[in-house]
Amino acid sequence: MSLWLTLAVNSIALGGLLFLLSSGFSLIFGLMRIPNLMHGSFFMLGAYLGVTLLARGLNFWVAALLSTLALALIGGLIERVLLRRLAGDPLPQVLLTLGGAFIVADLCLMLWTGDPWQPGTPEHLRGVVEVGGLYFPLFRLVIVAVGLVVAIALWLLVDWTRLGAKIRAGVDDAAIARVVGIKVSQLFTLVFALGAALAGFGGVMGAPYLSVYPGLDFEMLPLALIVVILGGTGSLLGALVGSFLIGFLYNFGQALFPDLAYVILFLPMLVILVLRPQGLFGKVVP
Amino acid sequence: MTIKRRTVLAGMLASGAGAVAVGMPVARAQSAPFKIGLLTVKTGPLAQGGIQMEQGIAAFLKEKNNTLAGRKVELLVADTGGNPAGAKTKAQEVIERDKVNVILGPLAAFELLAITDYVRDNATPLISLAAAEDVTQRKANPFVIRPSATSGQCSHVMGDYAAKDLNLKRVATISDDFAFGHEQISAFQRAYEDAGGKVVKKLWPPLVTPDYTPFIAQIGKVDGVFHGFAGSNPVKFMRSYADLGLKGKVPLLAGWTGMDDALLKSLGDEAVGVLSAAYYSATADTPSNRRFVAAMQKDYGVLPGGYSAGMYVAGQCVEAAMQELDSKADDRKALAEALHRVALTDTPRGAVKFDQYGNVVGEVFIRRCDKKDGQLVNTVIKTYQNVSQFWSYNEREFLANPVYTRDYPPAKNLEN
Repeated sequence: MSLWLTLAVNSIALGGLLFLLSSGFSLIFGLMRIPNLMHGSFFMLGAYLGVTLLARGLNFWVAALLSTLALALIGGLIERVLLRRLAGDPLPQVLLTLGGAFIVADLCLMLWTGDPWQPGTPEHLRGVVEVGGLYFPLFRLVIVAVGLVVAIALWLLVDWTRLGAKIRAGVDDAAIARVVGIKVSQLFTLVFALGAALAGFGGVMGAPYLSVYPGLDFEMLPLALIVVILGGTGSLLGALVGSFLIGFLYNFGQALFPDLAYVILFLPMLVILVLRPQGLFGKVVP
Repeated sequence: MTIKRRTVLAGMLASGAGAVAVGMPVARAQSAPFKIGLLTVKTGPLAQGGIQMEQGIAAFLKEKNNTLAGRKVELLVADTGGNPAGAKTKAQEVIERDKVNVILGPLAAFELLAITDYVRDNATPLISLAAAEDVTQRKANPFVIRPSATSGQCSHVMGDYAAKDLNLKRVATISDDFAFGHEQISAFQRAYEDAGGKVVKKLWPPLVTPDYTPFIAQIGKVDGVFHGFAGSNPVKFMRSYADLGLKGKVPLLAGWTGMDDALLKSLGDEAVGVLSAAYYSATADTPSNRRFVAAMQKDYGVLPGGYSAGMYVAGQCVEAAMQELDSKADDRKALAEALHRVALTDTPRGAVKFDQYGNVVGEVFIRRCDKKDGQLVNTVIKTYQNVSQFWSYNEREFLANPVYTRDYPPAKNLEN
């Protein structure tokens, strides 16, 4: 009994973190039609920046905000300065993001050395919630709450603002959106910056629980890919449902079928790709 | 008249001999430098240990002023990227292009397995840090010595200690699902069960596991947990272990990579009280260790761990072999043989000698992690002398069994 409850709570926590990681990935994929292979790098970079700021004695939320802003800036610059030059050429763009991911990985190694960093959980979030002899680290519940707040904010942004309408128009048909006067190229920069910022924020939130180390980038990237393939590209609801689905699948799958640990996450992805290639909530792209 | 090269050489040799005869400074001081090739990992997920390896040998050579046994030494560093293919490429590079006299490294077991035949075929001595058991056991390589430890060398000791000193009756094990993890856990299980304990659960999370919670949740009611994680995984694992409320309730034991001294700065309160078995301890009070720790603090600002100490000791082995061979140190076969004969009394890890298979026989420490003045330290609480890779087992019987794997020796006491 206790095992199941622990796993259930942990599934939700992992789901919250995965949503922070994959929502931006999904938006970028949906709008720009490229899987941004630097997404894991943004996550790791955010985590490293957050850890560094925390080590300087900053408040956790201030550190999170600063790293998020820094990542937004970095993301925006990468889109403006690099990806822009290859506009309309998805394959070179994907290769560019892959190269960028390697460069970021080595830069992080130079700057932060190979040692793993694990910031202490912030003091005011350190508590343990005890229910019937079971321990739930408060911080994991906070991650869930934060994930939900971000989900609602993104939903409001995309579904209820003029900017959101433009993004949706760009996702649906970029060429027509241009024709009706939407500056799609500005949207590209904006969405890329937003995606990077979300990943960076996820990195800071994840740091006290995942720790930060070289290789974290390429551990997180496949998770973002799986979530987005399950949920459907460009769909925030898809990213949300996909994240929690993967959270549960990961926790219960590892515990129930330890021998399938390596494939447990990829099996459902395979099934979805065969039966519903556009993902659970994705639209069919003509 | 054509001057044949051989004639000139002969003349040079003759004049060299003359110089020695009249008591001039020994000619070998001007001879080509002795080349040490370091196969390490400076990029990718294994870089942490790889960088420490380079710091360890660099600290040793700096202490010796780049001169071993009166001869200049040149260090060539190659980055394998932490994978078998990279290790093979770089081994070829340092052997065929740079013509090194000896190779130090590599770091990971699968890298060593990828190049062990190659260094034997090319008759180049290699001083390994990697733990792959069979390279000094059933497939012993006359060109390889290992002054660090086999995978099981420290965890045999931990198994014995857990049963006899800690009196733990039922233990769960958890480790990365790769060769180093399998060998460590099987060695622990064998020594522990032979001393009366029972391993009731064995968990194998993949090497890349974002969150250990689902595994820790399966541990169940046990008296202790032994973990064999390596790299950055121990940091993640021990935090989750504490987060889930097991710390302080179920004692946690670790192998040498799990609580390496160099890892302490990445750990927090969750590591306090963890017991570990290791072949090196930064607190060891030997003259060379005091020098080594001071140099590492001064040059790199770090507390050294097993990776850097392993390479420092490897450097000492090279020096000892060169001293024995004197001017014949360029003979690679003789060097490999001399390396097997090395016996040192003062290294950072204590006295070191080698068995006939080239594996170290030395001390293994049981340490407890304490917090002193806000810093984590591994305090040595028990020292086992003269620990060999065969532990207390008969060498011949040990070698007649298959090598340790995930399922060998079979665990007979598993519960669900």
